[in-house]
Amino acid sequence: MKIGVLALQGDFAEHIIMLKRIGAETAEVRLPEHLQGLDCLIIPGGESTTIGKLATDFNLMTPLREFGKSHAIWGTCAGAIFLSKDVSRDQPLLGLMNIKVARNAFGRQTASFEADLDIAELKQATGTAQPYHAFFIRAPIIESVHGDARVLSSLSDGRIVAAQEGHLLATSFHPELTRDPRFHEYFLSLAS
Amino acid sequence: MEQQTGTFELKKGLAQMLKGGVIMDVVTVEHARIAEDAGACAVMALERVPADIRAQGGVARMSDPELILKIMDAVSIPVMAKCRIGHFVEAQILESLGVDYIDESEVLTPADETNHILKHKFSVPFVCGCRNLGEALRRIGEGAAMIRTKGEAGTGDVVEAVRHARTVLGDIRHLSAMLDEELMRYSKDIGAPYELVKETKELGRLPVVNFAAGGVATPADAALMMQLGVDGVFVGSGIFKSGDPAKRAAAIVKSVTHFQDAGILAEVSKNLGEPMVGRNVSQMPEGEKMAGRGW
Repeated sequence: MKIGVLALQGDFAEHIIMLKRIGAETAEVRLPEHLQGLDCLIIPGGESTTIGKLATDFNLMTPLREFGKSHAIWGTCAGAIFLSKDVSRDQPLLGLMNIKVARNAFGRQTASFEADLDIAELKQATGTAQPYHAFFIRAPIIESVHGDARVLSSLSDGRIVAAQEGHLLATSFHPELTRDPRFHEYFLSLAS
Repeated sequence: MEQQTGTFELKKGLAQMLKGGVIMDVVTVEHARIAEDAGACAVMALERVPADIRAQGGVARMSDPELILKIMDAVSIPVMAKCRIGHFVEAQILESLGVDYIDESEVLTPADETNHILKHKFSVPFVCGCRNLGEALRRIGEGAAMIRTKGEAGTGDVVEAVRHARTVLGDIRHLSAMLDEELMRYSKDIGAPYELVKETKELGRLPVVNFAAGGVATPADAALMMQLGVDGVFVGSGIFKSGDPAKRAAAIVKSVTHFQDAGILAEVSKNLGEPMVGRNVSQMPEGEKMAGRGW
């Protein structure tokens, strides 16, 4: 299986390091032709406005939407924003997932935080019991899920931080910044 | 569920989100919007760009908090602001404003000629300049969560940015070839904390994100720095001192993403209008150089 990582801007190298650690083959995606031969795609953390602008300028919007119809895509933070249908402001979005997202929902950088999450699907898929330690950096929240999208994880106050819709996955935190490969393994299980 | 804030991982993490991006100096709300629309991954809010600080002389200080707050309100991307080297009260003020990153910067007039700010004491992250590995690791030792090579700000001459990036990355290549028993002596020689020297050797890179800064004026300059091995680029005077800032800003953003694709670099370099006039660093008196500030 060959996993693409959208490499327009952001922490794509961190995703690639994690994927290599779990023995996956990876490729950087900067232009439409780089999608050929990929089995799935990760859209990394970064700035969603920057990623959206570059995806528009280099004609990636339509190819990415087409790719998402038949392939697994996972967006982390900015990537989750980019996958969503609505962020309550005007910026390029793929609109692949039936989720509404609020950017910088916890506030600015000094409000960024680490927290343990209890994610039943993740534990089940990886056969592990320990909670998932997550990094939220100027993070978005998923305000609501619609259609076939469902909540995968929430904070204790009920705010949604991960959602799944079939083979599409959105997390407002950054599994690529941890040393815990379980989320990447979970995504690969969706892709295969 | 217990939540932790202000950890070093979170500080370092925000810089990781900026990788492969361009951080632009802006002096007005209008500039900030142009930068965001062009695809900047963050802006540096300032009263004067380095080229004007050079031209006007005098003491350069932290910017007016009112201006910084207006720029924070105007854009959705992270906003950075500069304080003087060693001026921890300016840093406290910037932290209270809620800026996303503080640049303890040699572009402003230093407030302390011996000590830098103890950055571990803050919950806001700091970026600091360096010219070599020792300086980079001293700053990280004080708590900097991001490093930038200094270059020579406000000149539009990339030569110093190249010198500093080559020096830092060359020092790391040199370190990577050393035996473990040689690391203590090397730490002593370069004036860097031993633990960070050891970590850098193990990682084969700096333990934090490393951008280039100081003299980048064209898409080719930005791609040059990326090909040398930095994680992203700061552009100060190079954008808003040029003939067509919006177009140049967008072109530099594209050049950082496609830094290895000469065809795209040629395309984005077309018809950008006048670059900033610039000053040749080799003809500049030593006293006018900013990169020597920092200890």
